[in-house]
Amino acid sequence: MVKKYLTKIYMGLIFIFLYAPIIVLAVFSFNESKSRGNWTGFSLKWYIELFQDVDIRNAFYYTITIAIVSAIIATILGTVAAIGINSMKGKIKSIILNINYLPVVNPDIVTGISLMILYISFSISFGFNTMLISHIVFNTPYVILSILPKLRQLDVHMTEAAMDLGATPMYALRKVIIPEIKPGIITGFLMAFTLSIDDFIISYFTKGEGVTNLSIVIYSMARRGVRPTINALSTIMLVVVLLLMILINKRSNGVESRKKINKSEVFK
Amino acid sequence: MKDRTKYFAYPYVLWIIIFIVFPSFLVLLYSMTTKESNGLTTIQFTLENFKKFFNPLYINILWDSIYLAAISTVICLLLGYPAAYIISKAHLSKRNTLLFLCILPMWMNMLLRTYAWMTILGNNGIINNLLSFLGLPTFNMLYTRGATVMGMVYNFLPFMILPVYTALSKMDIGILEAADDLGANKYVKFRKIILPLSMPGVISGIIMVFMPAVSTFIIPQLLGGNKNMMIGNLIEKLFILNGDWNFGSSISIIMMIIILIAMSIMNKFDVDKEGGARLW
Repeated sequence: MVKKYLTKIYMGLIFIFLYAPIIVLAVFSFNESKSRGNWTGFSLKWYIELFQDVDIRNAFYYTITIAIVSAIIATILGTVAAIGINSMKGKIKSIILNINYLPVVNPDIVTGISLMILYISFSISFGFNTMLISHIVFNTPYVILSILPKLRQLDVHMTEAAMDLGATPMYALRKVIIPEIKPGIITGFLMAFTLSIDDFIISYFTKGEGVTNLSIVIYSMARRGVRPTINALSTIMLVVVLLLMILINKRSNGVESRKKINKSEVFK
Repeated sequence: MKDRTKYFAYPYVLWIIIFIVFPSFLVLLYSMTTKESNGLTTIQFTLENFKKFFNPLYINILWDSIYLAAISTVICLLLGYPAAYIISKAHLSKRNTLLFLCILPMWMNMLLRTYAWMTILGNNGIINNLLSFLGLPTFNMLYTRGATVMGMVYNFLPFMILPVYTALSKMDIGILEAADDLGANKYVKFRKIILPLSMPGVISGIIMVFMPAVSTFIIPQLLGGNKNMMIGNLIEKLFILNGDWNFGSSISIIMMIIILIAMSIMNKFDVDKEGGARLW
């Protein structure tokens, strides 16, 4: 009994540690005064100020656009690449896989500066394009890594059977392989999207004149000192993330509980 | 069929040559050349950039980064292991919720999470206001090394909980039951079965916390103030402020080597080579 309470208290403390800062941020976004420690009254003025801020609106636009476009391109590039890599063999395959792994294990700051050097060496002007390309560079490996396991599980005989029955290779690819690896493609897309939305370091080194994202805006605001408009911004972002996560969780929970039911039927 | 789909990888091969291999080569090239060499015609090779790093000033920054990252990793392990254990023991219906609650903060922008601590630890922040309200003396918490460690633990704790949980939840309960039947007590069971079997998770947890911690520049910048520089801050400063790419590149190479060494050391301890408990 005591043990049960102890574990509950422990988990409670861990969650307080994880959530207290976020809750504090949200509560003080409604504070009237600029002070972060004293509550002086309820107010929505930081939200109004937030929506009037051109920089933030701009950054929001670029964050979302780059996340969507880079995730789509990374998913297409990654899916095609994963199918190709999967049917490769030997040394070349492991070399490609290792290079593909590089942006995953490399610290973001190294990826960021190496791309920055690349753009400057070829005097490519910094802006939307450099940021977009950089995001695709670090997103695609994750897409490939989430699709490859699905391809390995794929039954080779299925494609063979399809082609024996007269399907062309392209038709077999479209009708057999793609539907089978679809969960991996969706996971890869979501991962690419969230990584892009959250990225700060790589964007910081590849941003251009007038093209920033929300992380960069938050960074420069936070460096100038604490500002309640960031509290308002983070509260909105938190609510959006929370809603998205609940939606995704519901979807995957549904899948999981269906799996569980199937399993329990097997064990009967 | 298989032979022909091989060609599907070629566009990506071209892509990674241009955007991964070539830029890495450029970093290496910059780290080994002088500032004066512009263009390929007047290139001048040198090891001066690496030699420059062995100045006590920079070596101290390096040691400090490794030290702070290591402390944060140990704290994450000490806090995260029990949490992962409790979650893995929780009832099935609760487990998903507990796990979801651990992951959720990770989905929030890292800068915002770090910024949140600025508002709590600041001189006019929540904790100090609470202390002065209670008539207690206030502390200077923000812009210290402690604040940096705290920020790293806060940001990377889920990276420890998750892989350890995955390893613990994959454990075969039959083995524990067998140990019970053979008369093992709780401590023997933990030391001889649970701990060794969760090692792959612990190792990926250590890697996943240490790697971002040692290379971060946001956390020391926002919470540690200007006095507490880490290796990431040094690289950022050299590239953005000083424009000294050659020296900056050599430090990047050194950092990459450190991370590779750390990873290969950890992989030596990894018993379970195949099924490492990765995040996905």
